[in-house]
Amino acid sequence: MTLAAVVLLGAFHGINPAMGWLFAVARGLQERSRDLLLQSLPVIALGHLASVALVVLVVGATGSIVTGGALAIGSGVILVAFGLWHLLARRHFRWVGMRLSLPQLAAWSFLMSSVHGAGLMLLPVLTRIPAGHHGHLLSGGMLVAGVHTLAMFLTAAAIALVVYEFLGVAVLRRAWFNLDRMWAFALVGAGVFTLVGAA
Amino acid sequence: MTLWTPDPTFYPSPRDAAAAAPEKLAYVAAFDRSAERPDALAVLDTDPESSSYGQVVGWTDLPYTGDELHHFGWNACSSALCPSAPHPHVERRYLIVPGLRSSRIYVYDTKGRVSPELVKVVEAEDLGKRAGYSRPHTVHCGPEGLYVSALGGYGEEGPGGIAILDHTSFEVLGRWETDRGPQYLAYDFWWHINHDVLVTSEWGTPSMIEDGVVGELLLGRKYGHRLHFWDLRRRRHVQEVDLGDQYQMPLELRPAHDPTKKYGFVGVVTSVEDLSASVWLWYEEGSRWAVRKVVDIPAEPASPDDLPDVLKPFGAVPPLVTDIDLSVDDQRLYVSCWGTGELKQFDVSDPFKPVEIGSVRLGGIVRRAAHPAAPGEPLAGGPQMVEVSRDGRRVYVTNSLYGSWDDQFYPDGVGAWMAKVDAESFTLDERFFPHGDDFRGLRVHQTRLQGGDASSDSYCYP
Repeated sequence: MTLAAVVLLGAFHGINPAMGWLFAVARGLQERSRDLLLQSLPVIALGHLASVALVVLVVGATGSIVTGGALAIGSGVILVAFGLWHLLARRHFRWVGMRLSLPQLAAWSFLMSSVHGAGLMLLPVLTRIPAGHHGHLLSGGMLVAGVHTLAMFLTAAAIALVVYEFLGVAVLRRAWFNLDRMWAFALVGAGVFTLVGAA
Repeated sequence: MTLWTPDPTFYPSPRDAAAAAPEKLAYVAAFDRSAERPDALAVLDTDPESSSYGQVVGWTDLPYTGDELHHFGWNACSSALCPSAPHPHVERRYLIVPGLRSSRIYVYDTKGRVSPELVKVVEAEDLGKRAGYSRPHTVHCGPEGLYVSALGGYGEEGPGGIAILDHTSFEVLGRWETDRGPQYLAYDFWWHINHDVLVTSEWGTPSMIEDGVVGELLLGRKYGHRLHFWDLRRRRHVQEVDLGDQYQMPLELRPAHDPTKKYGFVGVVTSVEDLSASVWLWYEEGSRWAVRKVVDIPAEPASPDDLPDVLKPFGAVPPLVTDIDLSVDDQRLYVSCWGTGELKQFDVSDPFKPVEIGSVRLGGIVRRAAHPAAPGEPLAGGPQMVEVSRDGRRVYVTNSLYGSWDDQFYPDGVGAWMAKVDAESFTLDERFFPHGDDFRGLRVHQTRLQGGDASSDSYCYP
């Protein structure tokens, strides 16, 4: 159940064009190079992993000083607030620059994932890791981050290749569902779920 | 609130945009030269199937007088699909309308109505205090917000530059440049968005233009004659390219829409050596930018008796290339000769070797060519602002340049008219000729087509 949730969330992040597969496709199209597309994807995944791992670290550190119940309640409140802010705020991610080196692309992905609260969405899972001794939460969390990112990477890679090789980016005009708004709902939902679990 | 699927007027690539449905409305900036009545946005019916085709079907007066509307643009465009900061679920809905003389910036809502409705006024003071600029001109929707070029400084002549406005609140966020290098004069700008390159052109500071073209300054070669290339990401000046100081006033910048290409066209109003006008190509040579004159349009000899005072000493009509426009597929370039009264069409499939393939005569300082819809009416002014539909099939022109300059070159009155040219046959549409009283005594400047046009959108995918 937990593993399935982690994988599904990874796929959800991977599907979102804003999380990076579209940037990889654009880089490939710009230089007429599938190699460039393929090089970009792991780097984007790396940035995503860093963003998620940062949340794991914070949860791990916090979990070592507060009780599991407090951690879950705090996480739930943060998630609901962050989700509502995403739902209601009219601001969007800003970034200028299309010609990025691979390290810059990783940094872009880290920022994009962090601003969207990609790691936060895993809080319901992270706060449910049995709190044994101190290191358990951290290692379990890192495993979650790794599995999640692998699912994100595989989904993004599959979509990027299909769009690059077959569909073309014109498909975006119809198929680019407003995942950001759904994302905000997901954050709020994850927060509520965490709070219910803590109660 | 955002949309669930992308705004249907956003297109990933220029190829997709060229397949867009024809526009049904055109928005035209109209201004009162006397500054006694408010300027206005006029809305034209461009749907040939409609019973009011070619007529002014919408009209919105501005709340103040003396703005001198000139250029304007959309709050959002196809660049919202760019992968680095995508926000495709915003709407292309608001027109951002600067007053070139008043320095106010108006925001008009076009959704669900024919006549736009005012939703916000950015006062000259906001633009001045936050960005240090005045006389706002070109508007482009871009990665960091709305970019608005401005000709003057706040409370001083210059430098002119670019201000950034927030995408959604339309508040002035500040000055765009972090390092402007030698750039001082400003006018138009656009970019090669996938290459992180921004280009700017030069006209003059407020005192050089607002009371008409100043002969001594022109003959002294003091108006702009350079292009500036910038790092779009770092907001830094990278390179200045001088066309030569005889080439006065490089104005409208039309970069290739294909995001893999790195070239563009700029029109030069006049050469002080022989009153000719020209079109130049900028392109990359090694890692540097270079320019080359690719079109030369000579002045037409005329009797001084037929010429306005400003031209009598020269005995010739300068073509005065004041606007150019490049089709979305980068295949056709349209060049307005406002002095001689001509719209030229070039095949620019080889950008280094444009081939003239069409010409339409309308108005002109001496010629005064009439429109076939009103063959008995000599026309003043000439094709000036030119806008091309996304599919490249229709070309719209209006006839006013800039209030005080209109008065110098057409002292008996420039009038007001708009015409439409079929790009294929390159003939005037006899059913489309709003003019005279249709515009209620106001002069007409830039046209923006519903859903976007050839000079409104930039694309991140080839």
